[in-house]
Amino acid sequence: MSEFSVIGRRLPKVNSWAHLTGEARYADDLFLPRMLYGRVLRSTRPHARIRRVDVARALAHPGVVAVVTGADMPEKMGIMPSTQDETALAVDRVRYVGEPVAAVAALDEDTAFDALSLIDVDYEDLEPIFTIEEALEREDVKIHDEAKRANVFKEVHLSFGDLEGGFAAADHVRDDWFFFEGNTHAPIESHSAVASYGADDKLTLWTATQVPHYLHRELEKVLGLPRSRIRVIATPNGGAFGGKSDPFGHEFAAALLSLRTRRPVKITLDREEVFYAHRGRHPVKMRIRTGVRKDGEITAVHYQSWLDGGAYASYGIATTYYTGALLTVTYRIPAYKFDGVRVYTNKPPCGPKRGHGTTQPRYGFECQIDKIAEDLGLDALEYRKKILQPANSRTVNDLRITSMGLGDCLDALQRATRYSERRGQLGRGKGIGLAGSAYISGAGLPIYWNEMPHSGAEIRIDRGGGVTVMCGTSEIGQGSDNMLASVAAEALGVMPADVHVVSGDTSLAPVDLGSYSSRVTFMAGNAVRDAAMKLRGWLVEAAAEKLEIQPERLLTAYGRIYDRDDPAKFIGFVDAAVLAESRHGTLVAAGSYKPPKGIGGSFKGAGVGPTPAYSYQAAVAEVSVDLETGIVTVDKVTTAHDCGRALNPANVEGQVEGSAYMGYGEIIGEEQVFRGGLHKKPSLLDYKIPTSLDTPALEAILVESVDAEGPFGAKEAGEGPLNPVIPAIANAVYDAIGVRFDETPITAEKVLNALGKRDRRGELKTRIGPDGLDTGKGDPKRALRRLTASTDARERKRPVG
Amino acid sequence: MSKQLVTLHVNGEARTIAADPHHTLLEVLREELGLTGTKHGCELGECGACTVLVDGTPVLACLTLPALVGDAEVTTVEGLATGESLHPLQIAFAEEGAAQCGYCTPGMLMTAKALLDTTARPTRAEIASAISGNLCRCTGYTAIYEAIEKAARA
Repeated sequence: MSEFSVIGRRLPKVNSWAHLTGEARYADDLFLPRMLYGRVLRSTRPHARIRRVDVARALAHPGVVAVVTGADMPEKMGIMPSTQDETALAVDRVRYVGEPVAAVAALDEDTAFDALSLIDVDYEDLEPIFTIEEALEREDVKIHDEAKRANVFKEVHLSFGDLEGGFAAADHVRDDWFFFEGNTHAPIESHSAVASYGADDKLTLWTATQVPHYLHRELEKVLGLPRSRIRVIATPNGGAFGGKSDPFGHEFAAALLSLRTRRPVKITLDREEVFYAHRGRHPVKMRIRTGVRKDGEITAVHYQSWLDGGAYASYGIATTYYTGALLTVTYRIPAYKFDGVRVYTNKPPCGPKRGHGTTQPRYGFECQIDKIAEDLGLDALEYRKKILQPANSRTVNDLRITSMGLGDCLDALQRATRYSERRGQLGRGKGIGLAGSAYISGAGLPIYWNEMPHSGAEIRIDRGGGVTVMCGTSEIGQGSDNMLASVAAEALGVMPADVHVVSGDTSLAPVDLGSYSSRVTFMAGNAVRDAAMKLRGWLVEAAAEKLEIQPERLLTAYGRIYDRDDPAKFIGFVDAAVLAESRHGTLVAAGSYKPPKGIGGSFKGAGVGPTPAYSYQAAVAEVSVDLETGIVTVDKVTTAHDCGRALNPANVEGQVEGSAYMGYGEIIGEEQVFRGGLHKKPSLLDYKIPTSLDTPALEAILVESVDAEGPFGAKEAGEGPLNPVIPAIANAVYDAIGVRFDETPITAEKVLNALGKRDRRGELKTRIGPDGLDTGKGDPKRALRRLTASTDARERKRPVG
Repeated sequence: MSKQLVTLHVNGEARTIAADPHHTLLEVLREELGLTGTKHGCELGECGACTVLVDGTPVLACLTLPALVGDAEVTTVEGLATGESLHPLQIAFAEEGAAQCGYCTPGMLMTAKALLDTTARPTRAEIASAISGNLCRCTGYTAIYEAIEKAARA
């Protein structure tokens, strides 16, 4: 029998019932009395100076109540305090098509929409920059005047161990280039915010955000309103995946429009706007040089990445570091050098998407590991097992490794898929591929420097035995509300269904930094556990006195506090609460969590990469390639994931399967691509996220390494499992047709293009991918001409009736 | 454009509202009748989040004008449970963890109900085909298949 009454059980999520009956209130479901409807006017130009914004005609339009522009909120903002380069609405310059320029509030949404075409914006076009190479080369065009070199946003160089010595000791060196195409989150819920400024001079903002606390800070900065007068409530997010973790223009616009009109204002983005809001996966070019001895032992790795950041910083400084930080935590690397460059381009800003910055290098590295295994004649699964970074160790870049279940994941996959026997044996057109990976259970540092907890929780027990957990986490579908309820319930000895959860509310709940970097289970889970254990202590103490039993002998479960040696001796939870409240006063306790010191290095840039615990995972993909059409069908993805401990196995499996699904979409066709600054496919019809008919069979295997510091041993599950799926599919396609896909996505066109083609030397083509940076190829003037044609069509005014 | 009176039969209730004639069934359900369980994901007929049943057949509320619904019976997610009893699909979705963010869930449930009403024991291929117009970005569909199969057995 389990030592737990809640943990490890497949109980329905506490918030399921609201989802399943239509009772859940997402931001767009809020309708307040006197509410106005807002819409955002967005730039039609990728790069232009704004000479003038004239809102007079819009303001005069019947039904329009207020209009705001960039001049009303000129304060710089952005998620990372050190790189704030955005304004809520563009002030004097636009840097991507879709950038918010102005916002209208009207009596109804149709009127607000019509009024947008009555705002006259006088643009003076500037040369746009669309590629990494142009951004690196063009000193004469500056997307941000502050950039020191051309359009470089951030450049980092880190070196650990004896790199030259490592390469000198190698028997074999592989040098490969890779390109990972950008893609976007595409949650089914579009962003939405409702602001209400009251006569008490307080602002409440309900919004689909992953980061209510960070947004709270930015609202203060931009609106000039003290934070004590602002309340942010993160509504349940209808999917987020990283796409709702920046402060967004429409959130500030709704707030300011409400402040001006003293009426509630709702702004909900339409689907096309969501594609332009973006903040998704960076396109990244990579070069990886890896030295190995004959037996495969890695002697040195030199990893270089060039990130296409789009027009603004977003989390870019972290993304840049993340491309290099986590390559070292899976396999032993004694010498490592990382060079990263992120550039600005005139496209929607990139940011964090599930796997933030680690997905692209992991794809490149795991494809390269597959090549090395083949070069050395090693089984790719056994090879990975042989070079594992050990548990309870330090990596070359000074990251602390604790629990480490990658070896167990590989073993589980071999048992489930018989990978080693089947690799290379399936015949032409069929393939099987493998990859490993790791991810953080929360970033070791907050985005703004402070010594406060990363997560706080408060628990109250009422006189009827009701338990209320308050925590600033944002429920984005990952199941955080249920996690809070489950951890509290396990510690107190009640069931999750008895627990009320108040989350994502900056006034009612202690700060949690937000639902990003897979931090919530580990950090908020520990904070809740901390609070619950304090209350448990009071309950047990009161029960021990009443039962006349030593407190050490008492256990809590199923609404009882009972003698472990004689469970018939018990006191009910409600009675224990009454006794405890009589002794201690009101039953409220707070708990908090902060990662331990010393989990990373002390060099500049050491802040990105450390985490209290790494999750590990590996995936096997099985594919069929149609040699006539080039269509790649992924038949099955099996993922083994070390989650520490599965607090609720059904929910962990859901995260693993959902990650596999999303990774599959990224490698098989999703791409966030532009022509002349315009998104080529800003709809769910054209940007094809996988349907039920596309999605492979998915199997999740949970590996429990029981982390010593995790809440009940748990680590993250929401992001890491995406990473290995992408290289596993690329490696499977190679097994099927003998062509290496060193760039994503693997489309039918590319497969057909590769099959049977010969290169310049007459050899059959065995690789699709970049050979370096495309230097000297950019022609922005041509891009500008293309753009003018398309914006002319776009700006054709709708008739207003 | 002036508003017009329209009477809809929704979840067993006749409701008369005044709405702009170009407003869709989705807008009328959400904004005039307060039935916000039906979600909008794209308002272009691409995602299936707004699926409701019209005389038992799944339709996309974002592409349907109320005037064309006439006397037909509209069922939304709010009408899925019977009194205090949840529909077997709702119970199965909860037990299997088939709703993560929950945003596609109402539309998914309505499509699944229409399937089970016509096909008592659907195969997995039949389920995959039936829900192929309902995009889910969270689950990878596996738990949804399992939930629909479980409800079919209930």
